[in-house]
Amino acid sequence: MSVKQISVFLENRPGTLCEMTKVLADENIDMRAFSLAETSEFGIARILVKDLYGALTVLKNAGYVTAISEAVAVAIPDVPGGLHSVIKAVADAGINLEYMYCFLGGQSGKAYLVCKVPDVAGAEEALSAAGARLVDQEELTEL
Amino acid sequence: MERYYQPEIETASREQIRAWQDERLVKQVKHVWDNVPYYRKKMEEKGLTPDDIKGVEDLKKLPFLTKADLREAYPYGLMGEPLKKCVRIQSTSGTTGKRVVAFYTQHDIDLWEDCCARAIVAAGGTDEDVCQVSYGYGLFTGGPGLNGGSHKVGCLTIPTSSGNTERQIMFIRDLSATIICCTPSYAAYLGESMKEMGLGPDDIPLKAGIFGAEAWSEEMRQEIQKTMGIKAYDIYGLTELSGPGVAFECSEQTGMHINEDHFIAEVIDPDTLEPVPDGTYGELVFTAITKEAFPLIRYRTRDIVKLSHEPCSCGRTHVKMSKPRGRSDDMLIIRGVNVFPSQIETVLLNKGYPANYQIIVDRVNNTDTLDVQVEMTPEMFTDNMGEIAARQKDLVDGLKSMLGLKAKVSLVAPKSIVRSEGKAVRVIDKRKI
Repeated sequence: MSVKQISVFLENRPGTLCEMTKVLADENIDMRAFSLAETSEFGIARILVKDLYGALTVLKNAGYVTAISEAVAVAIPDVPGGLHSVIKAVADAGINLEYMYCFLGGQSGKAYLVCKVPDVAGAEEALSAAGARLVDQEELTEL
Repeated sequence: MERYYQPEIETASREQIRAWQDERLVKQVKHVWDNVPYYRKKMEEKGLTPDDIKGVEDLKKLPFLTKADLREAYPYGLMGEPLKKCVRIQSTSGTTGKRVVAFYTQHDIDLWEDCCARAIVAAGGTDEDVCQVSYGYGLFTGGPGLNGGSHKVGCLTIPTSSGNTERQIMFIRDLSATIICCTPSYAAYLGESMKEMGLGPDDIPLKAGIFGAEAWSEEMRQEIQKTMGIKAYDIYGLTELSGPGVAFECSEQTGMHINEDHFIAEVIDPDTLEPVPDGTYGELVFTAITKEAFPLIRYRTRDIVKLSHEPCSCGRTHVKMSKPRGRSDDMLIIRGVNVFPSQIETVLLNKGYPANYQIIVDRVNNTDTLDVQVEMTPEMFTDNMGEIAARQKDLVDGLKSMLGLKAKVSLVAPKSIVRSEGKAVRVIDKRKI
């Protein structure tokens, strides 16, 4: 059920992100979600795309160092408290949340949460038990 | 009134200095011939015996020694005395894993400390002074050398060693230190820290500083003098010859007097190996004519300097050398520590990094910085920031233990380090000295 995201190593200096987004734009890569984490020296861009392997190829050909990692995706109601109910399920299961990012899903009126956890199966089980709706790669990228 | 530690030596006539050198060189060559087979072999290869050396004019016949010889002969190959007669070693930070280890008899240490004492007196030191030695103590020669010199002058000596800036400033203020000895970059940092504490030159009891072990500019001198309200004196030396005190500055501040009664200086063209005249830059070559345990003859220092025999207003008659303009090989001196790019490479390769790296040396706020840039590889990259940071820290620790120096490690994009078609440009030294 989990989704696959692409992580890209970027130096933390002006222009590096722009160079990467240009590569994606030039190659018509359609992104669903994008998040950027940084230290003072380097950053990691995390991308959800429709065409995982297409995007990977494009990035590798452009000389980027990339990695694919697994994350849990959940659909959450776009209402106050929507995020909390999901986070609480993960917390109650005692699972550490390494990082997460949220985005709104087009016309669907839904919000989506992508979270990175050490224990994907455990988190998915806890979320399902709490009534959260897990989302797979296909649904996420067809939004 | 100029004062001297050993006036009869420091102001001796040129004829007298030459007479000492002639006599001591002849004796030293005999000593080395008898006790250092490594050098004797070099002499034999040139068809020389001690009888061919009758004075300084014959010095040029003798073979050179280089850092490579020191590595090859490590650790005991260049010793002139049995270990039983030696009482101390000092050591450099090491080249490609092999340090220079120098040996001292008690007599060697006495003479070395005399040289340091001359420098302290030239900087105005007397037995009324409180001398804080903020050079590192230990294998590094800075601390032990100036410590011994300070004792000989009779200064109250504060052996703070390097580091712990707050404590340094506390001792300077609480015990009214009047002279400080450290690397110029550390002096600048101390000055900066005092300024931040709201201390002006008048609040700082120091009157003089003796700064060496790394290259520093006239601009840096002016700045240190202004910030701390002191007169800043340069001092020169190298472990191979004893340590600091091979040459030192006087009140004129126009070059460093070489202690010619102990060291014969030559300046040569590093390509032709022929001597160059006064005022022309060349490689500094030293012959230690009084050392017993580690008697190096015609040792090529790799330091590029020029000499001046012009009379000096201080009254000292010994030749003056300029500040070294650079090194003729790839060694970097960073915060007073010798660093070879090959040492950094060793650490990188040992830790599984690629050989694509660049070393950026700069000087920020008068302190040397060392930035090692390494390219990120698919093997190293992970989505987990903590893991990458941990790897980075592991590399910083590895460099620290190899170099004895804190370096910054920057992970850069793949292929971002320029590839050269010839010899790789490993080092970018941005320091303006």
